Amino acid sequence: MFTKILIANRSEIACRIIQTCARLGVRTVAVHSDVDAGARHVSLADEAISLGGQTPAESYLKGDAIIAAATATGAQAIHPGYGFLSENPDFVDAVEASDLTFIGPSAKAIRAMGLKDAAKKLMEEAGVPVVPGYHGEAQDNLAAEAEKIGYPVLIKAVAGGGGKGMRIVAGPEMFEEALDSARSEALKAFGNDRVLIEKYVEKPRHIEVQVFGDGKTAVHLFERDCSLQRRHQKVIEEAPAPGMTPEMRDAMGQAAVRAAEAVGYAGAGTVEFIVDASDGLRTDRFYFMEMNTRLQVEHPVTEEITGVDLVEWQLQVASGQPLPVAQDELTITGHAFEARLYAEDVPAGFLPATGTLAHLAFSERARIDTGVRPGDEISPFYDPMIAKLTVHAGTRADALSKLERALSQTQIAGTVTNIAFLTALTRHEGFAAGDVDTGLIERDIETLSAQPVPCTRTQALAAVASLTAYDGALSGFTLWAPLRHEVVLHQPDAPSTAYVSPEGQGVFTVELESVTHQIAQTAEGWRVDGAKVSADVIQTPTGVSVFWGNAYHFDVPDPLARGADAGGGSDMTLAPMPGLVKTVSVKPGDTVAEGDRLAVLEAMKMEHTLRAARDGVIAEVTTQAGAQVKAGDLLVRLRGEDE
Amino acid sequence: MKLTSLISPTSPDFAQNEAANLKALDICAAAAAQAAFGGGEASRARHTSRGKMLPRDRVAGLLDPGAPFLEVGATAAHGLYDGAAPAAGVIAGVGQVHGQDVMVICNDATVKGGTYFPMTVKKHLRAQEIAAENNLPCVYLVDSGGANLPNQDEVFPDRDHFGRIFYNQARMSAAGVPQIAVVMGSCTAGGAYVPAMSDVTIIVKEQGTIFLAGPPLVKAATGEVVTAEELGGGDVHTRLSGVADYLAEDDAHALALARRAVAGLNRAKPGTVQWQSPEDPAYDPAELLGVVPADLKTPYDIREVIARLVDGSRFDEFKPRFGETLVTGFAHIRGCPVGIIANNGVLFSESAQKGAHFVELCSQRHIPLVFLQNITGFMVGKQYENEGIARHGAKMVTAVATTSVPKVTMVVGGSFGAGNYGMSGRAYQPRFMWSWPNSRISVMGGEQAAGVLATVRRDGIERKGGTWSAEDEAAFKKPTIEMFEEQSHPLYASARLWDDGIIDPRKARDVLFLSLTAALNAPIQDTRFGVFRM
Repeated sequence: MFTKILIANRSEIACRIIQTCARLGVRTVAVHSDVDAGARHVSLADEAISLGGQTPAESYLKGDAIIAAATATGAQAIHPGYGFLSENPDFVDAVEASDLTFIGPSAKAIRAMGLKDAAKKLMEEAGVPVVPGYHGEAQDNLAAEAEKIGYPVLIKAVAGGGGKGMRIVAGPEMFEEALDSARSEALKAFGNDRVLIEKYVEKPRHIEVQVFGDGKTAVHLFERDCSLQRRHQKVIEEAPAPGMTPEMRDAMGQAAVRAAEAVGYAGAGTVEFIVDASDGLRTDRFYFMEMNTRLQVEHPVTEEITGVDLVEWQLQVASGQPLPVAQDELTITGHAFEARLYAEDVPAGFLPATGTLAHLAFSERARIDTGVRPGDEISPFYDPMIAKLTVHAGTRADALSKLERALSQTQIAGTVTNIAFLTALTRHEGFAAGDVDTGLIERDIETLSAQPVPCTRTQALAAVASLTAYDGALSGFTLWAPLRHEVVLHQPDAPSTAYVSPEGQGVFTVELESVTHQIAQTAEGWRVDGAKVSADVIQTPTGVSVFWGNAYHFDVPDPLARGADAGGGSDMTLAPMPGLVKTVSVKPGDTVAEGDRLAVLEAMKMEHTLRAARDGVIAEVTTQAGAQVKAGDLLVRLRGEDE
Repeated sequence: MKLTSLISPTSPDFAQNEAANLKALDICAAAAAQAAFGGGEASRARHTSRGKMLPRDRVAGLLDPGAPFLEVGATAAHGLYDGAAPAAGVIAGVGQVHGQDVMVICNDATVKGGTYFPMTVKKHLRAQEIAAENNLPCVYLVDSGGANLPNQDEVFPDRDHFGRIFYNQARMSAAGVPQIAVVMGSCTAGGAYVPAMSDVTIIVKEQGTIFLAGPPLVKAATGEVVTAEELGGGDVHTRLSGVADYLAEDDAHALALARRAVAGLNRAKPGTVQWQSPEDPAYDPAELLGVVPADLKTPYDIREVIARLVDGSRFDEFKPRFGETLVTGFAHIRGCPVGIIANNGVLFSESAQKGAHFVELCSQRHIPLVFLQNITGFMVGKQYENEGIARHGAKMVTAVATTSVPKVTMVVGGSFGAGNYGMSGRAYQPRFMWSWPNSRISVMGGEQAAGVLATVRRDGIERKGGTWSAEDEAAFKKPTIEMFEEQSHPLYASARLWDDGIIDPRKARDVLFLSLTAALNAPIQDTRFGVFRM
């Protein structure tokens, strides 16, 4: 076993690896960017080396610097975590060339699995089922190929993307027409009308199998169902898969082991399958998609049901020890779920968010993998994950209700999060019934992403907390009737006005539009209309958060942050989110019409075009292409009417 | 040293007293509620429909939420002007902004457009007097049409009329007492000088106006047609005229700006007294309603009241065996040291001498004084006049009049005759003066006054050989008794600002504490007494 390893990663996965190392007595070296100098993974590690920089390219992707750090600190091996350099075979080569051990598969295995088409061919040869399809050069016998594959089929433009030139065909009578339209669309979009044909998977489920190899043989640690996805991003994962039969598990497990052994796989890997669940789980309807040659984000669910510490196994195998157990020694106990908590603005279309975690508290009934602590910042440079919340119970139903409770007990203030969305998913009937597929979230996206509406009692609590009332023996003292304070509650929909009358120490009357509540703040918690409630109220630098089943955030704007003489309004174009200014299309003095493009902001791989809110003349441009901006930063200002 | 109460809260007397005192309190509370409602429903609706906050909400918006607010003159003008001026059309009191005590003076535009009735002027000046004496920054929330024209003769010309407001502003500013104005509505004619005379002025956009003469008067005088906003709106005054310094979006923004202005004053409370850890009284102040007899004529031990006002009910009584009708001693109220002077019967020569002695002690030690008035007056009769009770009384009056320590007076019972003077009545300029609902104030009791008049009358009738029946005498005395009864009522007194307001006796301890802490914003000066007639 190693005595010291370097972890070439950040955030929760770095912390999670350090935890196992600490348990095993393996010393750890962290690396970090400038932004992460004070991050949790740095403080947990025994040593830390700065890589400098902010973006991944400037820091966690600098393989040479990482290898140098490992050598300098005397680490014997490098654990890549997931993402960053974890599936970069050149990095593996460089690590090994420096006489260090890469904790993961060989460069060869990574390369073999890295080229998707080649990998599929390789798998087909190894007897792993792949999606039936026709990828041939000849384009004149497509109807027959479709017949061979079996309907329904999917016609896809070879040069395609974004759904262009793609058609689903239910039966042969519709084939020619669909083909023609797909071709003409493909020609228009890509200048190439060649198509391929694949089996159309009607009710696709994403089921993956955790494998573990020692370079020669491999075992599998059963499956995970990751069908709850939004735009290919996994949201909630579980193990085992609902509706799984021993036959299916066996078939998939063996296929996965064959896949791993075919490339001489060493370490932890995941074989992803797409499963056609239109007729339940059938052993002839799962197809290889790809193999992830690393530890997966969602590995905790497998750990929970198998009792295996996958990181420990990784260290053992990488240090030359054999697989710790044989296949028949592995069993499943109970059911586990993992939910991924992100700083993201769900109503705004799941936009990544940033912020300082003014308040952060997790349920004690769940396994929490996190890279942040209260007060830490979610920076715009990396994945905005806050934590992974994993629960385990005897049955799926128990585990699901445990997940729901754990989510509702999660308190995060200082940034928007997807907790309400995750909670809504745990209450989704289809999900509860195990009737999942990869389209579930998209079908019900509106209900799932609806923001919880605070009840009047929640509003009353928020109103009291927004006041930051004087707290002393003479709180609320007046000679006669109490003074009432106007509080504007800034809620997602519309602001509303509440009147709060302090009536004594910690005692308030709150008048809302249609109802009046009595609020008391006691040492034992809050009372609403005399009844003790399980609500927590947190004041943050920007507002108030009420945690009561759901998290409700109310902005409390600085009353001075407005000004009759400060200008403002639609004259200012502000960055809607943190990101990189890609282009600036205007300069001072330019005349623009409403809707004209002013600038393009790139944030989390998406380009956002910022447009003029009205006709006018550009007064100033306060940014430039290449600038990193924060949400709310002024980018372009239109000249006011009297300027 | 800890006082022991002999009153049982379960006794029938207690219940009887409490019932009667609650009834008296309810009458005052109803008057206060009526005053707080300002100009009535229609007028309030008109006010808010213009996007303006109601005056009390403005006061709340200025002050630290939940921090104590000691209102003065809450029922001023009660029963005056046919009820046209609830609370005299202006709200005043001591509150906190960013932890600092301030005097807030807020016009109530729902009451006759916030115009100044005679009592409005008196209340405004009284509030300024409190600010000046106690070194409290003034924040004026202005929304007033100026002098109430039908009453112009009683508000404009005299020394303590409208002009005195601006005189006070100038004098306070000169003395380093900050003057901040927030123009949230009209500021017309003389009223224009409130913001103009302030150190810092904030004006609400398209709502506040400041001008010496409004558009109608301008048109009449020069024929110029101009809108109020063009004449003296927020934009004009912050951009062109410089009459105001900050332009606010609306009331809430203006109040936030005012809070910021106060936060930036860079003032600290002077060190004055030696504070002690506060402690609740051993006897519940809520019992005061049952402790004080319903009938003023029923004697009771004032220590029963003191026991329910002071920390730990501990009272270091001074000269307990001498001049026993005046109780003097040291105690703490929420940690603040005080010297208490309280009546326990009519004042004799010895009591007056003891009172003067005790005032000297407190003055020497810079200990604030609290007067608990329940006084029918000085003892009368040949023996007392001959021993020079007037001389001894004068000693006490001199001491009370000339001491420099803050005085807070609370009328817990009767306040009659020269007793009112010796016990720091309004004329003796206590920093604050409060009355209980059961209290009565007049030159003498109604019965005595009627008796004096009846004796004179009887003498006249009998000199002419006539006779006067008991029935006739009773009929003669009745209107005098009734007049005294009405005029000695605390609501009558408070309406005319003879005091700073009526209070709920259960809050007496807190009112005393807040009065003291307000007073302690000014340093305590050494006292130089006048000549004591020895």
